[in-house]
Amino acid sequence: MSSRRSRSRQASGSRITDDQIIDLVSKLQQLIPELRGRRSDRVSASKVLQETCNYIRNLHRDVDGLSDRLSQLLASTDTDSDQAAIIRGLLTE
Amino acid sequence: MDLHNLNPSSLKSRFTTRFLRALTEINARKPIASSSSPREIFQRYRRIKDAADTSMAYSVRSRRTWSKATLWRLRTPSHRRRLASFGRRSSLNKTRTTTTASHRGAVVVQITSRGGGLGVQLEELRELVPGGEAMDLCNLLDETAHYIKCLTTQVQVMRTIANLYSLE
Repeated sequence: MSSRRSRSRQASGSRITDDQIIDLVSKLQQLIPELRGRRSDRVSASKVLQETCNYIRNLHRDVDGLSDRLSQLLASTDTDSDQAAIIRGLLTE
Repeated sequence: MDLHNLNPSSLKSRFTTRFLRALTEINARKPIASSSSPREIFQRYRRIKDAADTSMAYSVRSRRTWSKATLWRLRTPSHRRRLASFGRRSSLNKTRTTTTASHRGAVVVQITSRGGGLGVQLEELRELVPGGEAMDLCNLLDETAHYIKCLTTQVQVMRTIANLYSLE
């Protein structure tokens, strides 16, 4: 049940405009591979938020999986400091 | 991902350097004898994951609420964290309505009216973004965008490193 109330100010004193919110939502939309490129007036805010949550969860899962993979890889190699040096060398070329 | 053209002052570069340094340190702690027991692998997994999250939080140019929250979470032991967050959960879901009939108006009404379908998703988002519980709507959306950018960089680099390590 949504009740009508008058616009309330933010605690900091600065008013947030509707446009700001809309822009933030469409900025988010462009970051999500699922929704990127679709016209923002065709995608509901609900969808954007839903896909944002899904996307973040996937990224968290990726971090977990990669950490796991790295821990296995570290366990099985001896020349890690050499490899780190190689990688660093690649990066600073 | 092409590592050869990495801009040294980019987020990706800062994260990569920090994270590699952390990986080297973690690996240096490896005990000489049988270093692949499941328990040790799990501990290493935790250390690597925490190192990755910490490295990214340190690598952002201007400190964000999410990055500060990440560092705080990883540094503060859990019992102190529980005490601190008691009472931090605030009812920051401001309620506003507009009477605009356009789509833009509809978006705002969707987001800002309490009890509407978006309340649940905003709550979910608050839980996913570090420090999200205490942010107002605008900050939450803004922080989320930044957090996503950094997370994708983190994943990209971790994947590249893992691929490089598995070439042996």
